[in-house]
Parts: sequence; C-alpha cells; structure tokens
Amino acid sequence: MFRWFHKLASLKNFYRLAEILLPWLAAICAILLVVGLYRGLFVAPTDYEQGESYRIIYVHVPAAWMSMFVYVVMAFCSAIFLVWKMKLADIVAEVSAPIGAAFTFLALSTGSLWGKPMWGTWWEWDARLTSELILLFLYIGYMALRSAFDNRRTAAKAAAVLALVGVVNIPIIHFSVEWWNTLHQPASITKFDKPSIHISMLIPLLMMAVGFKLFYIVNMLSRARSVILEREANTAWVTERVKENRL
Amino acid sequence: MKEFFAMGGYAFYVWTSFGLTFMVMAIIALGTRLQRRRVVAAVTRRAQTESKPDAREPFRE
Amino acid sequence: MLASFIALLKRDLTLAARRRGDWLNPLAFFVMVVTLFPLGVGPDGDLLREIAPGVIWVAALLATLLALDGLFRADYDDGSLEQLILSPQPWSVLVLAKVLAHWLITGLPLLCLSPLLAVVMQLPAKALPALLASLMLGTLTLSLIGAIGAALTVGLRRGGVLLALLVLPLFIPVLIFGSSSVIAASQGFAIEAQLSLLGALFMFALVLAPMAIAAALRISSE
Repeated sequence: MFRWFHKLASLKNFYRLAEILLPWLAAICAILLVVGLYRGLFVAPTDYEQGESYRIIYVHVPAAWMSMFVYVVMAFCSAIFLVWKMKLADIVAEVSAPIGAAFTFLALSTGSLWGKPMWGTWWEWDARLTSELILLFLYIGYMALRSAFDNRRTAAKAAAVLALVGVVNIPIIHFSVEWWNTLHQPASITKFDKPSIHISMLIPLLMMAVGFKLFYIVNMLSRARSVILEREANTAWVTERVKENRL
Repeated sequence: MKEFFAMGGYAFYVWTSFGLTFMVMAIIALGTRLQRRRVVAAVTRRAQTESKPDAREPFRE
Repeated sequence: MLASFIALLKRDLTLAARRRGDWLNPLAFFVMVVTLFPLGVGPDGDLLREIAPGVIWVAALLATLLALDGLFRADYDDGSLEQLILSPQPWSVLVLAKVLAHWLITGLPLLCLSPLLAVVMQLPAKALPALLASLMLGTLTLSLIGAIGAALTVGLRRGGVLLALLVLPLFIPVLIFGSSSVIAASQGFAIEAQLSLLGALFMFALVLAPMAIAAALRISSE
C-alpha cells in the first residue's frame, strides 16, 4: 500500500499515469454530459410545482456539489502535503482552486437564476446561497494568499494551512448561516430543499453530477501535468521525453 | 420544438443557466489547453536552446 | 511554562504601553465607524435601535481586524519572532500569550468603550449585558482566528488587504451569534443559546488556533 502510494507520488509516474487515463476519462465525461443533458432537457418530465424552471437543477446542483467537493479535495491534499511533504499533493491543490472557484460561481449564478422565477428576486438570503457565497470568499482568499508569495515553497505551505483552517470552518459557517436564516426568516420557502424527485428526474441529475466530477478530474489532471512539466523541466525524464517528442 | 425552447415561459432563466454553465466550463477547458500548450512550447524551446547539457541551468525553486 | 507565558505577556504589554498608536488607533476607528451610521442612515431613533447590534458588532469586528495587522509585525521585523520559535518552550503556549496580550490591548478597551456606543445607537439598556458578554467572548475568538491570518501574512510587505480577505469569511459565525444575542436581548428574549454557541466557538478556537498560528508563523519566518 505504502509503496504504491510512494510510486504514485513520484511526479514522473503520475505524469505517465495521467497520460494514460486522460483520454478515457474525457470520453466518459463527454458521454455523460451529453446523455445527461439530453435526458434532463428532453426526457425528464415537467415538475408539477415548478414547471420547466426546475430543469436548472441539472446544472445548479452538480455545480454546488462540486464546489464543496473540490474544496475538500484541496484540504485533503493540503494535509498530505504538510504531513508528508508530497509535492504532487500541493500541485493538485494548486490547480484545483480556480476550478472549484468557477463551480462555486456557477452554483451562485444558477441559484440566482433559479431564484428569480421561484422567489421573485434575484437574490434571497437563503442559507444555501449564502453559504455558497462564503465558500467563494474562501476560494478567493486561498488563491490570493497563494499568489501573494514570491517563493513557491512558502506559498504552498501557507496556502495549505489556510485550506485546512477553511475546511474546519466550513461546517461551522454552514451551521451558523443556517441558524441565522431560520432566525430571521421563519417562514422562508427553500425551494431547493429536497423536491420530491422522481426517478426519471434523478437519473439525469446523477449523470450530470458524475459528468461534472469527471470534468473536474480531467481538467485537474491535465493542469497538474502541465505544472509538473514546468517544474521538472530540467530533469532527465523530461529532457528524454522532449527528445523523443512525446510530452 | 418551439414549445421546448420556450421552457414553459421560463426560457430566459433555464437557457441562461445552461448557457452560463457551459460557457464557464468551456473557459476552464480552454484554460487547461492553453496552459498545456504554453508549457510544452516553453519546455521544448528550452531543450533546443540548451542542447549542451553543461549549459543547463540549475533547478530553480 | 507558565513563567515564560507570563514573561512574554508582560513584555508585550510593556511594549504596547510605549506604542500607544497600536491600540488607540483601532479604538478611534471603532468609534468613528459607528458614528458614521447615524450620519449615513439618518438620526431616526427606531431605525438606529434596530440596526444597533449589527452595527456595533460589525464595527468591533473591523476594529479587531485592523489591529490584527500589527500582531506579529514588530516581532517579525526585529527578528524576535525567530528567537521565539527557537526557544525550548512549547511554541503554541507562547503564541497564546501573544494573542492574549493583543486582546488585552485591543479587545478589552473596545469592550469598555462599547456601552458608550450602545447609548449613542439608542440600544436599550437591557441589551447591555448581552452586548458586553457577546463582545467579550466574540473578540477573544476573533483575535484567535485572526491571528492565524496575521501569522500567514506577516512575511508579506502589503498583507493588510489580504489579511482581511483571509479572515473575514472565518469571522462570520462569530458575527452571526454575537449580534443575534444582542438582538434577542434587546427584544427581551433569552440569550443562553447564543452565548453558549459563542462559548463553544471560543473553546474550539482556543484549542485549534494556536496550532495553526504556530505552524503559520514557522512557515512565514522560514
């Protein structure tokens, strides 16, 4: 187990492994997104309460799930980086941040677009939207801190500490915002709360969710490969690959 | 078909959501590609200019 | 261990007594920010009473944030921070001493001044105990959380705005429970729930923050 872990941790092996996996993952991702979209837009029935507007769920919910998931991945990688000084973990955290921030932005804007027909306003201080907004702030802070350092090693370590502090705080923030929300709007209608979802509506949702996840993984792996190539530009294995023209 | 695009009167919200999502995803994917292209070009260029192994710079952090 | 804790506390307090601007400026800032609200929204007593808890809490939070920037700055610049890191004492205890000293010179005066601002903002007198109790627990927690951000940014030349970006999202739970306890008290409701949640946040920060601060300071002074 540990040897396997070690092998993967070597940037060279990771580069190779990602190279093999990427085309497959990208293909599955594309198929899932296309089929999920088709089934979500054409096959899934109309919601009797929200009409056609509920179809925003097919982009809003996967984006919201990914916004949380990517932050957890970042924090997990940060912990690994701080404990085992594993460079790969830092690279994964680094390239994940902008993708996670983009998903958070999407969850916010599609939530707002959904909120307009449902609540009648573009922005409601709904607990989930507010938490999502704070999550965006956390992503912004992480990226700002990382780019503020000239030294890459210091930046990596400082950002890792911040990611861990952030992930510990996320449940607390979520709880406090939920508490605040029920306190100030006792009669709020959270339309995002578990709509009684039919199986034919659920299947495309799950397909889109897995598709989004693969989309993240594909982009993360590819970006990590680029960063590895940049950092290892002077090593023998990279020069070897350059010579053989198979980067 | 027309009915489909009207989305029961919610066309603007539904299509803006989907459009925005896929625009942002396209930007992410494009960013990934551009980064890859830039790095590959830089590494190749470097390998060509530094064909002599002695001239190679030490690894910079 | 206790001796070194007290020694460091004393040292920081003595230094602060010499540099008055460090603790007077955030205090003046606190008063001025609160004063801006009646000027901005109008002198209507009912409106002021309604927004008073939030305004005082947000102003206290911003004043704490402002003071945080200087928490490790002087020690970083003159090299005494590295000395502290190298000392044989448990590092997180020393960090705790620094944060406590910082709270005593910035948080405590803020607390003492808040009744005055409560009067200015027409906050009913029955909300005063809640304001003091929530600010006491809250500013301590804010100092602990904020110190993590201060430690991460101490090595950067212009860390001020960055510090705000890092710690403001983390301040949100404290703000929510703090101001809601004052709102509840001013409406005559019980505030046990809010205060115990604030207490829980404080204990949580007290246990975990010193580790994060210590780690961050080590990274910054590498």
